[in-house]
Amino acid sequence: MSVVTLTLDGRPVSAREGATLLEVCQESGVALPTLCHLDGLSDVGACRLCLVEVAGQRKLAAACVTQAQEGMEITTGSERLVRYRRQIVELLFAERNHVCAVCVANGHCDLQRLAASLGIDHVRYAYQHPALRLDASHPRFVADHDRCVLCTRCVRVCDEIEGAHTWDVAGRAAGCQVVTDLAAPWGESASCTGCGKCVQVCPTGALFEKEQAAGGMLSKHRDFLTYLKNAREKKEWLR
Amino acid sequence: MSRKRFATVWLGGCSGCHMSFLDQDERLLELVAAADLVHSPVMDVKRYPEGVDVCLVEGAVANEEHLETLRAVRARTRILVAFGDCAVTGNVTALRNCLGGAREVLDRAYLELADVTPRIPCEPGLVPPLLDRVAPLHAHVPVDRFLPGCPPSADAIHAVLLELLELPAGTPPAAAPRFG
Ligand code: SF4
Ligand code: SF4
Ligand code: SF4
Ligand code: FES
Repeated sequence: MSVVTLTLDGRPVSAREGATLLEVCQESGVALPTLCHLDGLSDVGACRLCLVEVAGQRKLAAACVTQAQEGMEITTGSERLVRYRRQIVELLFAERNHVCAVCVANGHCDLQRLAASLGIDHVRYAYQHPALRLDASHPRFVADHDRCVLCTRCVRVCDEIEGAHTWDVAGRAAGCQVVTDLAAPWGESASCTGCGKCVQVCPTGALFEKEQAAGGMLSKHRDFLTYLKNAREKKEWLR
Repeated sequence: MSRKRFATVWLGGCSGCHMSFLDQDERLLELVAAADLVHSPVMDVKRYPEGVDVCLVEGAVANEEHLETLRAVRARTRILVAFGDCAVTGNVTALRNCLGGAREVLDRAYLELADVTPRIPCEPGLVPPLLDRVAPLHAHVPVDRFLPGCPPSADAIHAVLLELLELPAGTPPAAAPRFG
C-alpha cells in the first residue's frame, strides 16, 4: 500500500493512497459535518456539507468525493467554510416543509443536529412551502417528501446493500424527488422487499415506519450497515 | 439597579409558549421582583406601551392585526425575542402556506367544507384579514433573539430572561435549545 503525505489544518498527516479527504479527516480526529455520507455506502457528494479548502484551488472540494493527493494543503474550518455550511443547512430548511413540532424524527434528526452544531437559530431565507405529497401506500412505511433533503442514502442502501434498487431520483432542481420504481406508489413496487433499510438510513423524518407519532421515531439503527458489509466482504459474522 | 420593563405578546400561535412561560413556577417570583410586566395576554392592557426593555413574541405573523402589532412592538421595544417555533420558523401556523394564498385557504375552510350557511367571516374592524402567507417574525421586522422550541422549555425561557433582564443568577442556564 503506498502512502501520500498532506497537510491538514497546518498539520502533516499521511494517508493511504486513494483515501478520501473525509477518511483522512476522520482518521486524524478532525470533525467535518456530513449529511449524505454514511459509512458503508458509496459517496456521491450530494449535500456539500463536507466542503474543504484546498490550497491553490479556487473551488471548494467535497471531502467525501475528493481523493487525498501528495502535497495537498487542506483547511477544514475557515470562516468561509463555516459560512457556506450554515447557508446550506438554512437552504435545506427553507426548501421544503420542515415542521419539526409535528415530525416523527423530531429530536432524532440529523438535520436538526447539524443546525444545532452550526449554531443556527433561524433561517434567513424565505420558506418556499411547496405542496408535496406523502406516500403512505406501503403497508409498513411512509415517504414524506416534505422532509426529504435529497441525500440519496435511501437510493444507495437499497441498491448497494439490499440489491433491490427500488429508489431512484427523478426531476430537476426544485422538482427533484426520490421515487420508487418508475414513480409508482411505493405500495405497488414490485422490487421492494420491505426490508426497511432505506427507513433506517434516512437522516430525517422523510422515511418512517407507520404508526409513529411526532417525535416517535427513536434513533435509527445504522450499525446494521457495517455488519452487513463486513459479513459480505470480510466474512466476519460478528456484531 | 433600575427595574426593567418586560412584556409578552401573542400572535399566530396556540399559546403553548405562554403556558411554558408560566411553567417557570416559583421562578416567576424572581422575575416580578426584578422587572415590571407592562403588557401580556394574561393582563388587561389593550395598547402596547412605550419604552419596553424586553418582549417575548409568541406566534407567527398570519393576519393584518398581527403585522400591525408586531410593528408597534418593534418600534417600542429594545430587545425583541422570537418566542417559540411559530415565531422563529412559522411552524404549524404556516402549514396553510402549502395550500396557496389566503383566498384558497378560506374557501376550503368556510365554503367547501361547510355543512350549513357557507360564508367567509368578514367584519371590517373586527375580524382581521388573513395575510396571503404566514411568515416568521424576522421576515417582517428585525429580531434580536431566537428562542426555538414547540414550546421552548421553562428552563430555556428562564435562562434567556435571566440574561436579558439581568436577573440575579438563581438557576444555572439550560442546555442550548435545538433548532426547529
Ligand atoms: S426532518 Fe423532521 S425533525 Fe428533522 S428538521 Fe425536518 S421537520 Fe425537523
Ligand atoms: S424497504 Fe428495502 S427494498 Fe424496499 S425500498 Fe427500502 S431498502 Fe429498498
Ligand atoms: S428519503 Fe431520506 S434517505 Fe432518501 S433522499 Fe430523502 S432524506 Fe435522503
Ligand atoms: S458528506 Fe460530502 S457532500 Fe455530503
